[in-house]
Amino acid sequence: MGQPDGTEQVTDALLDVEDLRVTFPGRGREVHAVDGVSYRVYAGQTLAIVGESGSGKTVSCRAVMGLLPPGALITGSARFQGRQLIGLSDDQLREHRGANIAMVFQDPARSLNPTMRVGAQIAEAVRAHQDVSKARAKAQAVDLLRLVHIPLPERRSVEYPHQLSGGMRQRVMIAIALACRPKLLIADEATTALDVTTQAQIMDLLLELQAELGMALMLISHDLGLAGAYADEVIVMYAGRIVEQAPAARLFSRVRMPYTQALFEAIPRLERPAHAPLPVIGGHPLGPPDASDLPPGCSFAPRCRRAADDCRAAAPPLEEHEAGHRWACWHPVDGGTS
Amino acid sequence: MTDAPLLQVRDLVHEFPTDIGTVHAVSGVSFDVHQGETLGIVGETGSGKSTLARAVMQAPRPKAGAVLFRGTDLVTLRGARLLQARRHLQMVFQDPFGSLDPKWRVRDLVEEPLIAYKTGDRATRRRRVDEVLELVGLDPAGHGGRRPRELSGGQAQRVAIARAVALSPALIICDEAVSSLDVLIQAQVLNLFERLRAELGLSYLFIAHDLALVKQVSDRVAVMYLGKLCEVGPGEAVYRQPLHPYTRALLDSVPGAGAATHKTIRGEPPSPVHPPSGCRFRTRCPRAEQRCADEEPVPRELATGHRVACHFPLVPMARSTPRSEEKIGDTP
Repeated sequence: MGQPDGTEQVTDALLDVEDLRVTFPGRGREVHAVDGVSYRVYAGQTLAIVGESGSGKTVSCRAVMGLLPPGALITGSARFQGRQLIGLSDDQLREHRGANIAMVFQDPARSLNPTMRVGAQIAEAVRAHQDVSKARAKAQAVDLLRLVHIPLPERRSVEYPHQLSGGMRQRVMIAIALACRPKLLIADEATTALDVTTQAQIMDLLLELQAELGMALMLISHDLGLAGAYADEVIVMYAGRIVEQAPAARLFSRVRMPYTQALFEAIPRLERPAHAPLPVIGGHPLGPPDASDLPPGCSFAPRCRRAADDCRAAAPPLEEHEAGHRWACWHPVDGGTS
Repeated sequence: MTDAPLLQVRDLVHEFPTDIGTVHAVSGVSFDVHQGETLGIVGETGSGKSTLARAVMQAPRPKAGAVLFRGTDLVTLRGARLLQARRHLQMVFQDPFGSLDPKWRVRDLVEEPLIAYKTGDRATRRRRVDEVLELVGLDPAGHGGRRPRELSGGQAQRVAIARAVALSPALIICDEAVSSLDVLIQAQVLNLFERLRAELGLSYLFIAHDLALVKQVSDRVAVMYLGKLCEVGPGEAVYRQPLHPYTRALLDSVPGAGAATHKTIRGEPPSPVHPPSGCRFRTRCPRAEQRCADEEPVPRELATGHRVACHFPLVPMARSTPRSEEKIGDTP
């Protein structure tokens, strides 16, 4: 598999994922939700994983977190500071979560307990990983609310989730995620449900906290624009595989994989004139192909404008074709600005 | 084609009681939609944009104001007369699955509005169903017999659009109609809306929170904040030369490749139960002064067809007060 760096750098990576595969047993057929994914996350780095629904972006992260349903078959390797996570027991994983890796999800309203004051929920997260008194945990909860810029943190800490706005609730979720000062924070569509002005506030907060706490940050998103604006490095997933990976600025200026290009072109942009038809891709009628029914060659070939016979015969490997830029395509676009 | 607007909304007000007090969801909104035109309305959560859409549809009837559709005020109509007047006014919602009965087949779902309006005999209706399914890019033979759960999100939204166009409407109100779709599917559905507009001469009231999305399909764009329109104008003008500080803040919040310039808006949106006095944006506005609290800004036209409700708009104008001139260039 394509490696971004030589093996001597393995120890540098905070999280080193190698040939990760996740299979869900289905009725009569298996669904290969994640199909051989390898990447590394370094301390202080912001890595975005971008893809549409069903691309495997969320499943690959949940596999690392040990948050998949029991039926999921996970193979491959995911090392956090050298320690293998795949195959750990639930107890061992729980210890890892929070202390090393924490996750913020899309819907703060559903993740928070509606009957519990937010300060108490944060204090609970603090006490789950630290042996501190209740009073001290409560004080830490107020400090965490202050850290995520909630005004009047003492007063807010005794309020219930329904008394807070969507943006405030997401700040509370981030406070809970930060309770044990994780080294890696995974934000899974964490701003998708928020308004654009609130999204900008939350993203600024995440980047500020990342710098302050020296965390690595992973943004899981369907939004290529968000990834390009806030991430250092962007991975594009399609049908369970990584199809392109590059530093954000490079990906935006020199896109090579036709799928990434199709995503770019389909996004309405403020600079585009009104009513100009959006370039859409044909081939497969609607949506990514069912991950259980992959064609033998490149899984994007049925929808690809550039697909040729070789694309349908064999899947192109993900390789580093140019410094720091990986793509999986036999016929990449020429790399101009999309 | 006449010069009179297809839809004229005047001083529309809608409020509803809650445990914590009356929510002032829509507070005196006026706009026109012309024949063949798309008016986009951009607003964030709590701006009242969905309440506005439903108030135009009379579902429920607004508290005050007029909604003239082809010259008839829908607010004054009841029962069968309202139903008949509303026939050419249709709506497409965000969640296609929520608006489609899961037990019905696609063909029956699309036929249902035709039956409700007693259109033709069964054979005529069936032909119309096949026609509109093809129009929205679905295969009558293949997709027609499926139930909603056997469809993808994009396909289900096409069914909802087929239902909306079955009765040959003049105006379709789209409330976040593509917001739940993946970007490639979203582009397909946006192109479909544009194609239907050209082929059927449709007008749209296109409501969404995403500015770039609204710009893509709209001739004119209105920006809504806390129950009021702060700015209305030609799409290109509103994006290139926003006059209202809130519009500027919205544009600055959009993540893009050149996000280095982006600034975040301060604070939280105020409660629609207790909206601020005067200008409702003043509590978060970098340009706000005492006058903004004392006096509600009246919309005024600062460029052709470009209206703004702001005491200190972003462009210095001969008609504006000297104080607003001083504020230009004062970027906090």
